[in-house]
Formats: sequence, C-alpha cells, structure tokens
Amino acid sequence: MNFKIVVMGASLGGMAALKVVLKALPKDFPLPLAVVVHRSTDHQGLLVKTLQKSSALSVVEVEDKQSILPGHAFVAPADYHLLVEEDHFALSTEASVNYARPSIDVLFESAADCMGNQVMGVILSGANEDGALGLVAVKRRGGMTVVQDPATAEARAMPEAAIAATVVDMILPLREIGPFLTKIANKRIAYDRKRKKK
Amino acid sequence: MAGTENLEDLEMRLLLEGIFQQYGYDFREYAPASLKRRIRAYMVSENLTTISALQEKILHDASGMNRFLHTVSVDTTALFRDPGFYRSFREKVVPSLSTHRTIRIWHAGCSTGEEVYSMAIVLHEEGLLERTRIYATDMVDHVLKKGKQGIYPIGKMKEYTHNYQEAGGKRSFSDYYTAKYDHVILNPALGKGIVWAQHNLCTDGSFNEFKVILCRNVMIYFNRSLQARVHDLLFESLEIGGFLVLGNKESLKLTSREGNYEVLDDREKLYRKVRE
Repeated sequence: MNFKIVVMGASLGGMAALKVVLKALPKDFPLPLAVVVHRSTDHQGLLVKTLQKSSALSVVEVEDKQSILPGHAFVAPADYHLLVEEDHFALSTEASVNYARPSIDVLFESAADCMGNQVMGVILSGANEDGALGLVAVKRRGGMTVVQDPATAEARAMPEAAIAATVVDMILPLREIGPFLTKIANKRIAYDRKRKKK
Repeated sequence: MAGTENLEDLEMRLLLEGIFQQYGYDFREYAPASLKRRIRAYMVSENLTTISALQEKILHDASGMNRFLHTVSVDTTALFRDPGFYRSFREKVVPSLSTHRTIRIWHAGCSTGEEVYSMAIVLHEEGLLERTRIYATDMVDHVLKKGKQGIYPIGKMKEYTHNYQEAGGKRSFSDYYTAKYDHVILNPALGKGIVWAQHNLCTDGSFNEFKVILCRNVMIYFNRSLQARVHDLLFESLEIGGFLVLGNKESLKLTSREGNYEVLDDREKLYRKVRE
C-alpha cells in the first residue's frame, strides 16, 4: 500500500490526545494529515493556535479547495464538514451528521471514496460514535485503521464504537500512535524510493 | 471492490447528464464528494439501492426531480450568520454606500432568505434601506417562497438574537418580528425592497450591475472550473468600486480575478472591485 493521507478524528478529551499524537510527528512527516475535532463554534482560530504549539507540522484551518500537501495538519473549520477530493479539500455546510459538523464520518468516507486503500484512518478519544462508520468505509476500501486503546482514552465511547464497527488493524495506547504513523509513513517512502531505482 | 466504485461514478455522471438534458439543472460541475453524499442520502430516503434506479425515478417523474432538488440543495443559513461579517460591513461598506442615491445589491444563492433579511435590518439601521433594492436569487423555487414569506421558527430566536447583538445590532431584536404560535413573522417593511427571483449561477448570465454582491457558501459546492466561471459572472455584474462578499472559508486566492479586487477584510472575505 502506498498511503496518500492520514485522516484523524477526535471528540471529548480528544484535544489532549491529539496534542500527544501531533507532538510525536516530525517536521518531515511525509503524509498530509486531515483532522476533525468536535467543538463548539465559539473557538474559531483558537484551536489552530493551540495545536500549533504542540506540532512541528504547519497547522492550518482549511479553506475551500485548498491543496492537500504533506508537512501540514489540516483542521476542519468550525461549522463546516471537511471532505477530501482528488488533490484538494472541499467544505460543506450541509446537515450535521451524528449531531456534528464537522463530522468525522464525512471526512473518512470522502477520503476512502477517492483515495481507496491509500488512507490511514485514526480514531482518538470521544464520547459519541462519530467516526465508526467512517472507519468502516476506510477498511472496506482497503485502507489502514488505527484506534486509540480505550483504556488510554479520556472518553472511551468513540474508540469502542469504532472497534465494534469494523476490523481495526492497530489498537494502540495513545503515546504509541504518533510513532506508529511515522514508522508506517516513512517505511512507505523508503520502499517507493527503492522501487523507483529499479 | 474498485470496480463497484467506478460503476457508481459512471452512474453518477449519467444521472447528472440526464438531469441537465431533461430539466436544465446543471450539477455536472459540482464538487463531487459532497454531492455524492447528498445523492446517497436521497437514495436512502427513497429506498433505492442504485443510482440507475434513482435516474429512472427522476427522469420519468417530475415530482421525483422536485424532491431530489429539495435534498441536494443545501439550505443551511441563519439570521446574522457569521455576525462578524455584518460588523465589518457596517464599518467598511456602509460609508461608501451612503454617498449613493440608489443602491442595488445581489444576494446570489440566498436560500430561505435569513441572510437577506439580516442585510435589510443592517441597512435599515444605517438609514439606507429606503434607497436599496436587494435582488435575492436562488436556483430552487421552494426556498424563495419561504424567503418571501419571512416566517421562521421561534425556537431559533435565542440564537438569532445573540447573533444580532454580536453583529452590532442597535436595537432590541424583537422590534423586527411578531411571534405567532411556534413561528415569528418578520416585519413586512423589511421585505419591501427585496426582489425574489430564480437564478441559476451555473447556467444563467448576468442580469444587472450591482454595488454589492453577496455569494456566501454557495461556490463551495462547485468544482474549480465552475467556480472560475461564476467568479467571472460576479465580476461582470459588479460595478467598479463595488463590493464582493464570500463565505468565511472561501477565497479569491486561487481565482483569476484575484488581482482585480482589493482585500477589505481577509477574515470576513470582504473585497472591493478596483480594476476592470
């Protein structure tokens, strides 16, 4: 598999978890990262600033049709769904899914739809079930599924719902998620280089 | 598995082509990811399992097309949605409007009218409503009818009142409506200068020249090439020195018209046409 994107979802307690994961990703992390965090609409702008403090990647709030590039953590804006198109993001203000806009399912399903088995989906802490169907879509298209070990999650419901919904490739304690993603993403790149030489 | 997905894409293309040929609604250059979602949602609501079955239903039955339009057109809106924009509008646009005797505003993609009335309220408070005509357009008829009525659910009023205050409202918001059962009726005087009309940004041309054009969270549903065409249309329809307003997460950055506008407020996506 040749991954093109990491999609990640977090809800209640997910901010702290997300910071831990982001901290572990190096500046040269070779894949674009797209993130949905559930939040109230009042915190616009603040989320990006907070996450940037924990990340060597450039954290940006997505604007419509923005190009998907490595070296960035792309965050869904408050009150917009974030969707993946071929080489860029799209936004939508259509109805909430699982009472959420942005919704994790929407991001994951759109990524699976257009990037198939080249998607890594990661579910972190949360108190609802958003993301479970999204992870099902990622798995069905042959992508890789990763879920935070509920025992290490501030809120277990979301990781548990994801684990119950589909075959999860890796259930990892919070601190191991970032290093795992880095290892997989870099392995991939090394493999590509070798292949190109041949 | 990949085969199934390609088939879905093929069916989708045929469906959109059929709708265009039969009904004139052009979804062929919509942003595919979110359109696909809405089409799937419609299929669930109609108990259909394939897009081909959906196509049959839509092409042979105009009421099916009507329901399809209801489902795929996104009508998320609110009174004083993005309150910061209205503050910025008062500060950066109103002074220039005040110097004109007549003002034409085009609200493209107005949905059920909440944001049109918000603008009317701002203009009223700034003493400009009397000399303004607002052209509120949308591609679907049923939302225009709702807009014209100006009747909205009472349950939303707490949120809207908060928005109004955040937007720099100068009065008590309840001055603008009368509550009746579970709805409110906006003061009819607000709607006097509003013209509600059907207009499709994908297929219709320019119909006037305007001092202000608002097109917020409409083009996010279009792909890049359709966006570029609509930007040309808006540009043609805007007077020199006129103002363009986009949604908070939209941008002129990637368009060919970027150089023709001056950025007045980057956060609220408020631009002024400075060059032909």
